[in-house]
Amino acid sequence: MPRSEAPPPPATAHFAPPRLSLRLVAVWRRNFLVWKKLALPSIVGNLADPVIYMLGLGYGLGLLVPEVEGVSYIAFLAGGTLAYSTMNAATFEALYSGFSRMHVQKTWEAIMNAPIALDDIVAAELVWAASKSCLAGVAILAVIAAFGFTASPLALAAIPVVFLTGLCFAALGLIMTALAPSYDFFMYYFTLFITPMTLLSGVFFPQGQLPDSVQTIAAALPLSHAVSLIRPLLLGQVPAHIGLHLGVLALITVLAFWLALGLTRRRLLK
Amino acid sequence: MPLEISGLVKRYGRGADAREVVRGLDLKLQRGECFALLGPNGAGKTTTLRCALGLTEASAGRIRLCGLPVPGQAREARARVGVVPQMDSLDPDFTCAENLIVFAGYFGIHEREIRPRVPELLAFAGLEGKETARIQSLSGGMKRRLTLARALVNRPELLVLDEPTTGLDPQARHLIWERLRRLTAEGTTILLTTHFMDEAERLAHRLAILDTGRILAQGSPREVIAAHIEPQVVEVFGDWTEAESAGGSGAAAWAAAHAGALSRRCEISGETAFCYTDDAAPLLAHLARQPGLRTLHRPANLEDVFLKLTGRELRD
Repeated sequence: MPRSEAPPPPATAHFAPPRLSLRLVAVWRRNFLVWKKLALPSIVGNLADPVIYMLGLGYGLGLLVPEVEGVSYIAFLAGGTLAYSTMNAATFEALYSGFSRMHVQKTWEAIMNAPIALDDIVAAELVWAASKSCLAGVAILAVIAAFGFTASPLALAAIPVVFLTGLCFAALGLIMTALAPSYDFFMYYFTLFITPMTLLSGVFFPQGQLPDSVQTIAAALPLSHAVSLIRPLLLGQVPAHIGLHLGVLALITVLAFWLALGLTRRRLLK
Repeated sequence: MPLEISGLVKRYGRGADAREVVRGLDLKLQRGECFALLGPNGAGKTTTLRCALGLTEASAGRIRLCGLPVPGQAREARARVGVVPQMDSLDPDFTCAENLIVFAGYFGIHEREIRPRVPELLAFAGLEGKETARIQSLSGGMKRRLTLARALVNRPELLVLDEPTTGLDPQARHLIWERLRRLTAEGTTILLTTHFMDEAERLAHRLAILDTGRILAQGSPREVIAAHIEPQVVEVFGDWTEAESAGGSGAAAWAAAHAGALSRRCEISGETAFCYTDDAAPLLAHLARQPGLRTLHRPANLEDVFLKLTGRELRD
């Protein structure tokens, strides 16, 4: 038997707090350099879908619904569109692209042979997915402004909120990536979480239209907090309960990142 | 010392399900030597490398990589190590040159510093002029060579290669061997795993044969062969029947009747008898009188030691 019997590291060691270094910038930069090669198609890809929905629903349904909460339906829809398209962009990046780099291309394994720890890689993926969703969000905001659906300088304050929204959904998405056996797994996340949340979070209609019992749950969803901040800013209003909404998004980001990191360590540091 | 491992234990699972993959392993690499870890699949080679690099935590034992404790300062230690992993992990979104430049970035090496070295690194890997080639356009051998070049961006003191030539054609294997010899000649220490005996015999100054998580033999290839096996081997195969034989035919029946008296040790594998002996002359003289049997007489090699120590059963 081997000498120096030490107890095996406890399973909880995987969930120790993150230890980050500035080397994560190099990992973020790697993803940015890849994105830069295909920046235009990437932006158009992130832009086309939400803009088509916004214009289609906004003008189409807008004929039937002349006004929502005191503004035109399309102006109401603009804020919701920016919020949910940010969610989608961050989610797709953390899920599909993250999984490709972690599992298929073994990019993370290659990086771990350099003086970069897994903690740095997962954190870089988090910030990168938020950055990419923010780049897409800024493009959508430009379209919204170009169509005249927002005219307030307060709309610029939506950009940091978009980044935080991206961080929040990237962190949630990285949990799924850490658990996924294959790409097919992500389908559950979309049909069971992302899609219902999009419908319940006040993107397309005010949450007041929901039954009372559903309203309580809906108000707690992360996307609801993002919509509650972004929509008023685009309409030139200061959002109510700013601290609460920002706090919830930040708290979800931190807790989800911690969980995602723990699960990823358990998966890769065997 | 580039790498020092003592009492390494790696256990998976806990309680009754616990499985020890590495069971008390000791290893010391001298500066400038090429050291090979040999072992069948599942022997614990890759796990040992992962522990050494701080990519997984050992259950027990002490590791120092480039003089630094692992896992405590694994990150700092890895800055002085190059790794060629078993699986292709080149970045398919980048060209050959970009792969080297981006990877150098992970070591904190600025593009200004690495870009002038790219042609030299590619030339070392036999990939002259491939700066702008896409990874998808490279053959398996070219990818492995580019991975070798990538492992050299930080001018490592220690180069770790996990089965560097598995799946390559002979031309590509010989090129990699030649480059690894050049690196050790320049003072780089090399640790490689392989299950190719000829690779270990040609490249390694010292080697260790590993099975079920333990080192079974260690030393220079010559020392290991001398210590563990008779110097001569006669392989016997073909047809054989003899009036007085109890039954059966072929090399196995011949071995059952005669090998015991004519060789020190005899192993049967399928229809071939491997006879190990200090002096093959009497055995060969006897075999010359058996017209149906064919023979191959050769000096014992590492593969014979390996099979003696790890058995002939398949490992999956």
